[in-house]
Amino acid sequence: MAKRKVPEINSGSMADIAFLLLIFWLMTTSMNVDSGISRKLPPLVDQESDPGMDAHERNVLMVFVSGNNQLLVAGQRMDISGLSEKAKIFITNPTNDPNMPEKEMTEIPLLGKYPVSKGLISLQNDRGTSYDMYLKVQNELTKAYNQAKDELAQQKFGRSYTDLNDEQQKAINKAIPVKISEAEPRNLTGGK
Amino acid sequence: MAQFKRNGGKGTPGISTSSLPDIVFMILFFFMATTTMREVELMVQIDSPKASEAQKLEKKSLVSYIYVGPPTKALAPQFGTAPRIQLNGAYSSLQNITEFVAAERDKLSEKDRPDMTVSLKIDANTKMGMVTDIKQELRRANALSISYAAAKDKGEGNANANQ
Repeated sequence: MAKRKVPEINSGSMADIAFLLLIFWLMTTSMNVDSGISRKLPPLVDQESDPGMDAHERNVLMVFVSGNNQLLVAGQRMDISGLSEKAKIFITNPTNDPNMPEKEMTEIPLLGKYPVSKGLISLQNDRGTSYDMYLKVQNELTKAYNQAKDELAQQKFGRSYTDLNDEQQKAINKAIPVKISEAEPRNLTGGK
Repeated sequence: MAQFKRNGGKGTPGISTSSLPDIVFMILFFFMATTTMREVELMVQIDSPKASEAQKLEKKSLVSYIYVGPPTKALAPQFGTAPRIQLNGAYSSLQNITEFVAAERDKLSEKDRPDMTVSLKIDANTKMGMVTDIKQELRRANALSISYAAAKDKGEGNANANQ
């Protein structure tokens, strides 16, 4: 009697199914990426020589977050939603307002002469301020800088900042330097 | 009518195992991709604040972490609920930060050292007094590039997922 052939289950597509599942999982699971807001701390020098002190008054935007998480911008109470707009106007000074930061013509590769603002945002906080609020303020200030950079990138290169190549990004960074001074803390409410 | 003879019933066809390696590899890749190399066990609860402008931290090997937050629920009876600093695998005090930064810096190669970043993973409810103290210590340790860890989007937070 002839040997009877057992029909084999076709497993050729098994690998495809496996890869499909693999890709599905890769897409759907979050990978817990580390993200955050980057800052550069000032080097530790004499306590008195805070960069916010020797600058002209018009060049400094004082942002203070009180112990009760209230926001004071240039001495006035303000809601956090308006901060990025205000900071952006301060950074760019579109109308060359004499009360807003001075600009200095600087030669920048790719951009040519560009008026670089001397503005500096001085961010102060109380010891009682919550970290959440502080980071919100940092976030709004970062947003202001990012928007200003984006606008300049659109104007000069016709693309948004993130789409530029390294050299162009460097040029934009030079034209709009991020200057946020995280000044020494004040202790008003004595919180810990 | 011989050609209609059924050939079933005589021995079951063996299940092909030729794709078993694929499946095993699939699981392997899955675990490789999803598990992050976490060499420390978190001893503090961190509910990261949200920030829309948060950027991805590049070059993870250059990043050291400082965790700040209240002790986890299991450790709360022993250590209370006041925010604590965790460096590596243990609670630490402010004074140890300088030492910690120096040790972390030593681990890096000479040319990477200027690019060292310290990521501050701080619970949203922490008071700034503590954060400021840490910042001062970091300045003293000359670790000037820092990153305030924050969850990227404003949607669902998965900050507490790693419990």
